[in-house]
Amino acid sequence: MSANLDDDIDYTDIEEKYEVQFDDSLDNTVVVDGIPVIDKAKLDKLLTKVCKEFSKKGVSIKSDDIFMPWDDSTGKSKGFMFVDLKNVEDANLTIANLHNHPFDAKHTFKVNRFTDIERFADLDETYVEPEVEEYTAREHLRAWLADPYGRDQYVTYRGDEVLINWHGKPSQCEVAYKPEWRDFLYVAWSPWGTYIATLHRQGVRLWGGSSWKPQQRFAHPLVKLIDFSPCENYMVTWSNEPIAVPEGAIQGPQYFSPADEGNTIAVWDIKSGDLLRTFSTQQEADSGGVKKQMQWPALKWSPDDKFVGRITPGQMISVHEVPSMYLHGKKSLKIEGVVDFEWCPLGDKDREDATSAPGKPAKKARENMLVYWTPEVSNQPARVTLLGFPSREVIRQKNLFNVSECKIFWQNQGDFLCVKVDRHTKTKKSVFCNLEIFRMREKDCPVEVVELKDSVLDFSWEPKGERFAIVSSSDPNLGNPGPGITIKTDISFYQLDRAKNDFRLLKTLPGRTSNAIRWSPRGRHVVLATVGSSTKSELEFWDLDFSVEERKEGQTDWGTNIQLLGTADHYGVTDLEWDPSGRYLATSASAWTHTLENGYAIWDFRGQELEKHIQDRFKQFTWRSRPPTLLAKEKQKQIRKNLKEYSRVFDEEDAAEESNVSAELIALRKRLVDEWNAWRSLRKKEIGEDKHEETQQVENKEEIEVWVEDVIEQTEEIIE
Amino acid sequence: MLSFSSRSHAFDLSFYLGHERSLTQIKFNADGDLLFSCSKDQVINVWFSHNGERLGTYEGHNGTVWTVDVDRAPKQSKFFVSGAADNTLKLWQVSNGKCLYTWEFPTAVKRVAFNEEGNQVVCITEQRMGYQCAIRVFDINTQDGSKQSKEPKFMFNPIGSKATVCAFTLQPNIIITGHESGKVALFNAKTGEEIDNNERAHGDVVTDLQLSKDRTYCITSSKDKAARIHDTKSLIVVKTFNTETPLNSAALSPNRPYVLLGGGQEAMSVTTTSLRQGKFETRFWHKVFEEEVGRVKGHFGPINTIAVHPHGTSYASGGEDGFVRVHHFEDSYFRAKPYGDLEIID
Repeated sequence: MSANLDDDIDYTDIEEKYEVQFDDSLDNTVVVDGIPVIDKAKLDKLLTKVCKEFSKKGVSIKSDDIFMPWDDSTGKSKGFMFVDLKNVEDANLTIANLHNHPFDAKHTFKVNRFTDIERFADLDETYVEPEVEEYTAREHLRAWLADPYGRDQYVTYRGDEVLINWHGKPSQCEVAYKPEWRDFLYVAWSPWGTYIATLHRQGVRLWGGSSWKPQQRFAHPLVKLIDFSPCENYMVTWSNEPIAVPEGAIQGPQYFSPADEGNTIAVWDIKSGDLLRTFSTQQEADSGGVKKQMQWPALKWSPDDKFVGRITPGQMISVHEVPSMYLHGKKSLKIEGVVDFEWCPLGDKDREDATSAPGKPAKKARENMLVYWTPEVSNQPARVTLLGFPSREVIRQKNLFNVSECKIFWQNQGDFLCVKVDRHTKTKKSVFCNLEIFRMREKDCPVEVVELKDSVLDFSWEPKGERFAIVSSSDPNLGNPGPGITIKTDISFYQLDRAKNDFRLLKTLPGRTSNAIRWSPRGRHVVLATVGSSTKSELEFWDLDFSVEERKEGQTDWGTNIQLLGTADHYGVTDLEWDPSGRYLATSASAWTHTLENGYAIWDFRGQELEKHIQDRFKQFTWRSRPPTLLAKEKQKQIRKNLKEYSRVFDEEDAAEESNVSAELIALRKRLVDEWNAWRSLRKKEIGEDKHEETQQVENKEEIEVWVEDVIEQTEEIIE
Repeated sequence: MLSFSSRSHAFDLSFYLGHERSLTQIKFNADGDLLFSCSKDQVINVWFSHNGERLGTYEGHNGTVWTVDVDRAPKQSKFFVSGAADNTLKLWQVSNGKCLYTWEFPTAVKRVAFNEEGNQVVCITEQRMGYQCAIRVFDINTQDGSKQSKEPKFMFNPIGSKATVCAFTLQPNIIITGHESGKVALFNAKTGEEIDNNERAHGDVVTDLQLSKDRTYCITSSKDKAARIHDTKSLIVVKTFNTETPLNSAALSPNRPYVLLGGGQEAMSVTTTSLRQGKFETRFWHKVFEEEVGRVKGHFGPINTIAVHPHGTSYASGGEDGFVRVHHFEDSYFRAKPYGDLEIID
């Protein structure tokens, strides 16, 4: 039976389907251009080097697979070669991984399919005008800056609901947009506020423009952390799950290729959406056996988006050029023991120098700088080093002793650098703190040391200023936190004394519990807060230039201009953020940290509460940041000079609006009072009537009595 | 918030500690010179309200004293009544501290109230041990306090949810009650008939009910975190004050358009609930605009009861912490017109 069946069945379709076709095509052959021109003697060496380079990129070849054409007339190679690969997949991989691969300083591989070369040769030489794609206007990504009221935006994330709100005068606060975004971890604004990113299971999505359309997406599954480059050109994503590229996954410049497998960090180009490179964090985590908390951002961007640095703790700093992502100069900065580094930020002045006005000769822009520190190893002292980049010249070096920890703080204009050095005594029993302050704008970067007896918990530079604030503490409970323990702290302000050119103590506020310093982005105002305590949640609003008169050189009233403007309390506060204009402060209690009275509040710089919303499951509040101003310096000066003129217009608007609002409010109140009074007088009248009736009844009774008496008298008369 | 709030700390205050356990109710007499307080420690205290000196104690109850009320007659304050967990209602002579008469019931007395004339008392007894919640009205022999009729003049069992608070209204024999379910109702004491009700006056148990001077409206507080002003005739809710904490007491401030609200998380749930510790402040709300105008801190535990001086010159609050705090209002309190010159009828 079965044999019969077999005979009857027509297998041609299956045979056709599974027919093994002999691959006689040349699809597995590639042409590699950009090979150094050599003579015969060096051939073997070159071939082994090329093979090594290939295998580094995940394609293993032998030197037998390579055919190198030879120019017999000169006795030298022709500068290209043919490589036979195992199969088409390997050929694809080679093109993906080795095209534009720098072989050495002068030579870069150009890889093409052999079949393509044929096609290129047959290419029609006549020029055909490409069709011009019709221009579709995109929404302006910074449309929100053109708001007629000049309001700022903020985003709130509560439960599953995201809201983008306008914040301005009380009458101008409204919802700007209610997105329908679903299933994401959190939201983040790009540094200039152009995009908002949501982190989904599949990857990151960027939204923007006036209608909040999707702008870009980056397929990094299970992404947990993201970081934008300072100029919004690139993005770094991280996931704790190593990248896995399943069989048949989409390939392309925007997707991970098999070569990225196992890595956790990815760098992307925001405008094109292309994946630039992936990195692994594995080796860092494994080193030393102890799994240290990963530093984030793991990649540090130079302020001009030209370089990105990556540290391998204890060994080196690797600086890559963007967007090519090649290691700059083909070698890392090998620094034994290096723990941490930071790029020097660019000041407004530096930016101006870099993009000088046409006509003027461009001033020499400040070179990028980075600072790193190394701990004490064997006989070598701990060291803080300032390095110019790309020149790699050491600008300044400072040796330190008895160091247990350093922390690097740049002032946001790159004018000052403070290295907070936690030091221990020789016996290692007690810990104290030094602040090493580098004055970056002066020749040879003079260093000044501020010595403190207590340990410093937090340090913060005044943005664009010459002051800083520190939180220090000598509380015995420091270092062993427990529930209900609130650490007592002192807050101190320091300022650069122009006359003596050193930093001097302005004022100390003793016996606080504050542990967070938040400077207004414009400087001058600062908020001290107690964050993360279950019992204290004070906010103090300070003004450091309270006197109206201009600060004069060598003034005598040192430190007297510090003034407490107000205190407030936001129970369970977890986050504080100034709005980009420095006029408002937002505090929020996030459900990510605790579930007590979640919600947010907005205060003005004096500590007056403007809004407060207690909302269950409230998670996140972030202001939309603004890009640096486009106004030229002269123009800004002009505005500042004519501020009175401008402010008069606004004052008038405010006054008009206030009278409108208060008129409405007064009308409402009047109506409420009228209703109440009407009801009251009605009731009072009723009582009056009741009482009146009662008394009338009483009177009636009396009359009746009189009448009865009368009757009695009458009967008496009758008897008589 | 208005300027008022920043001044609230400026009250001159004195606080009394005469009780060892949490306060249950406090009452001013008609002249406001005396303040009566009862607590879970079985003792009733009377104080001079102007300086906090204790005038005397009234001992005799054998259980938590849940409630007191003083007769309204001005210039005399002859009698006051108290109800306790020892299932008794007692009539006391204010002047000498003697217990004049004791009524006994099967269950605890949760609330007592005099009528306007001071010749009738209404009381609520607890629903327990198979006994229904009962409301009784007694005639008081004002001539000889020790000779009282044992039997109530009227007695009835309110149907449905048990009553927690009660008071006489303007109309004779009509009693306004607040219930465990949040209901506010009017009963005819004579017939026990429910004349009118507002089933959804509150979402949770009604904790306090205080009448306006002329008894035409009342304020109720509830565990549902709200206090409401009701018309005592129609039971219409006139005003609502929504706070963020369960309320134990609400009082009306004579002469000034404010209401005083007190409450806080119950002591036993402070540490277990996710809600913030504290909120043990007396909150001042504007009666007409339904806006909070200020707070007074002070207690270490929830506020159980608030009473305002009949002339509106001071107020007292009794807390779970065993303290009675009396706050005298400063001149600025009376001068302040945070909402302009609108005339508001009391």
